This record gives sequence, structure tokens and C-alpha cells, in this order.
Amino acid sequence: MPHLRAAFNLARWLLRSRADAEDVAQEAYLRAFRFFPGFQGGDARAWLLQIVRNTCYTWLEKNRAMESPVEFAEEQFPSSGPSPEALAVTGSERERLSRALETLPARSREVLVLREMEGCSYKEIASITSIPIGTVMSTLSRARERLQELLAAPGRKETLRGL
Amino acid sequence: MACEESRELLHAYLDGELDAPRAAEFERHLEGCAACVRALESQESLRSSLQRAQLYETTPPGLHAKIRSKLRDSVAPPSRRVFAWQLLAAAAALILAVGISWKIVPRFRSGTSTSLAESALAAELVDAHIRSLQPGHLTDVVSTDQHTVKPWFDGKIAFAPPVRDLAEEGFPLVGGRLDVLQGQTVAALVYGRRKHFISVFVWPERAGEAEQYTGTRNGYQWISWRQGELRLCAVSDTNRDDLVALKDFFSR
Repeated sequence: MPHLRAAFNLARWLLRSRADAEDVAQEAYLRAFRFFPGFQGGDARAWLLQIVRNTCYTWLEKNRAMESPVEFAEEQFPSSGPSPEALAVTGSERERLSRALETLPARSREVLVLREMEGCSYKEIASITSIPIGTVMSTLSRARERLQELLAAPGRKETLRGL
Repeated sequence: MACEESRELLHAYLDGELDAPRAAEFERHLEGCAACVRALESQESLRSSLQRAQLYETTPPGLHAKIRSKLRDSVAPPSRRVFAWQLLAAAAALILAVGISWKIVPRFRSGTSTSLAESALAAELVDAHIRSLQPGHLTDVVSTDQHTVKPWFDGKIAFAPPVRDLAEEGFPLVGGRLDVLQGQTVAALVYGRRKHFISVFVWPERAGEAEQYTGTRNGYQWISWRQGELRLCAVSDTNRDDLVALKDFFSR
């Protein structure tokens, strides 16, 4: 199955669950096969990841009505995860990063995953997420700044903010 | 450039998405702005932490099989047979198309796999061998003597094919001929093996070809290997062991 690794990784980070990602990845591939006659050629990975992404959002709407993919929606569920302060002092570096990333809203998370894990260019991210390149850039920069805030140790927080 | 503008460009700079003049402008700003340098450093360190953490999720081992079986199920009902065939064809085409784009992206290329270019070439080689089996096409020069066959190629091609006398090893030399493959003239040496013929195609090695590759097409076997600056490919309907033995005699 081509690009399954990338497809599963994106779904897992968008849905924040391996089990759900497995279901959605399967559905996305079935959709891909069905849509294939409409594939215009070009970047097959981007085309496939676009289907995976859209399948994820459809799934989120259906199954987690409470979860809004809107920018900085994390304010809506602050109690679902540990506070940034707790993040900073507990767990391994990997756990901390992983939880901080999961705290970001889906739209921020997807650009970060596509950029940092998949190595996509802004143009590829724009075509996968159907947002303009300028928005890719601003979303990415906000996502990184936010991630850094979340990761900053309590004592260093002010210093970082003061930069 | 103001700091505010610089912060906007920082991420594009970090991601290598700025064009050269903008990148130079950004770097000039960095020279005079310690705060932006720190901001860049802190983003670089975030990036390396992300990479160190290896957050890339491993694919569940059974997922591949699950998708395959779902695909089979979704095409199974007989009432949807036409649709099913369309779906199957689409699936095959998808795997092919994605496979092609996969292969031409160099970073995904593995050293052991047969590249698409190689298999296209192999198909041509098999076809050339089959063509040569038609009456009168097998050889341009008929001789069991390597000292007759080798000079025959002089002046016809820009390289000297390694012509071996392998009669004692059970591969009597039959002759040689010229073939054109992918627009390039190649030498073909013809050997006998019991009642079979083996064509050994020889051409100058091209960049990017795997060390050795083998395959089957329409009942014909082929094995290709590198020998010095030359690429050799033996094609025949004899069994693979014969071809491997021939290859070993050649490379000795």
C-alpha cells in the first residue's frame, strides 16, 4: 500500500489516537481507490494525504462533535490535558513533546506534522490542506511559537516571552 | 528590515522557503539584531528536539493486510461486478501510478530493488532475444571461435564486448549480432545451452544501475550484472541456474 506510513502518521496525529487512525486510514484508502479515476496525475503522496486529511476531519465531525478544529481551540478543553507547567516537569522529552503537540489545535498540528515529520514544502502543505501558502506560513509560525510556550519550563517562561 | 517583519520571515527562512534576495535581507537583519538571532536559535532547537523525539508513528503491522481485505470485500458482491472491476482496475492503476512516483523520488529508492527503468529495459531485452530466435535473426556473425566473433564487433560499436569461449563449460559460442535497445547499439553474444539459446547483451554501464538484477518475463529469465565498465544481461528460456552459471563463468 503506497504511502501508508505517511498516511497513518498523519491520521494518528490528527485524531490523537492510534486505534482511530487505523480505522480512518482504512477508510481513506478505500476512498482513494474509489476516487482514483478522478486523479489528475501529479504528486500522488499529496493527493493521498489530502484524502486522509479530509477523511480525518469528516470522522472528527461525526465522532467528536465537541472538538473544533478552529485555530487555538485548545482553550476550549484546557482540562483534558496536563497544564503546561505539569508538562514541563513530568515525563520524558518525547512524552512532553508529544503531549504538547496534541494540545495544539488540529489545523496547527497538521501543518507541523506535514512540515517536521513529512518534510513537505509549503506548496505541498498548501495542496494537501487546501489553504493558501501565506496561511501555511502563518499557521506554522503560530504553531511553533505556541509549542515553544507549552514546552518552556515555568521558570523560563517569562524569559522566552520577553524575547 | 524591522524586527516584526523579520519574525514573520523567520519560519520561512528556517524552512528554506525564502528566495535568495529575501534570505540575504533576513541574514543582514540578523547581523544587527541579537533578539532575532535568539529567536531563530530557539526555533532551531525546537526543531532538533522534535527530530530527536522521533514522534513519527509506527504503522501497525496488520494495517496493510486489513486495507487489502477491505478492498476485496468492497468489490465482492456480484451485483456490483462491473463496479468491482472498475474498482480493481483503479486500485491497480493507483498502485502503479503511486509506485512510479515513488520510484522516481530518489530518496525512497532502495539499492536492492529493480527500478522501473531497469524493468522496462529488461522487457526490451527479452523482446530482442525473442526476435533473434526468428529464422535468420539469431546472429550476424556465425562462429564458434571467440577470435572471430570479437574482432567482428570492431568499428561497429565503441566498446569491446568480453567474448568468452565457454564450450568446455557447456555453453558453446554460436555467434554475435548487433541490437538496438533504447536507441543505443548494443552487442549481443549468442551461446547455446543444450537445445536453448542464450543472448548475452553487452553495453557500456550507465549511471544509477543496480549492481545486479534478475527477473522473468513471458517464461524468459534474465540476469544482469556489472563487469568493469560494462553492463551484461543474459536472457534465455533455459533455467535460472544455467544463467547464474554462465554469469559466473563470465565474471571469472
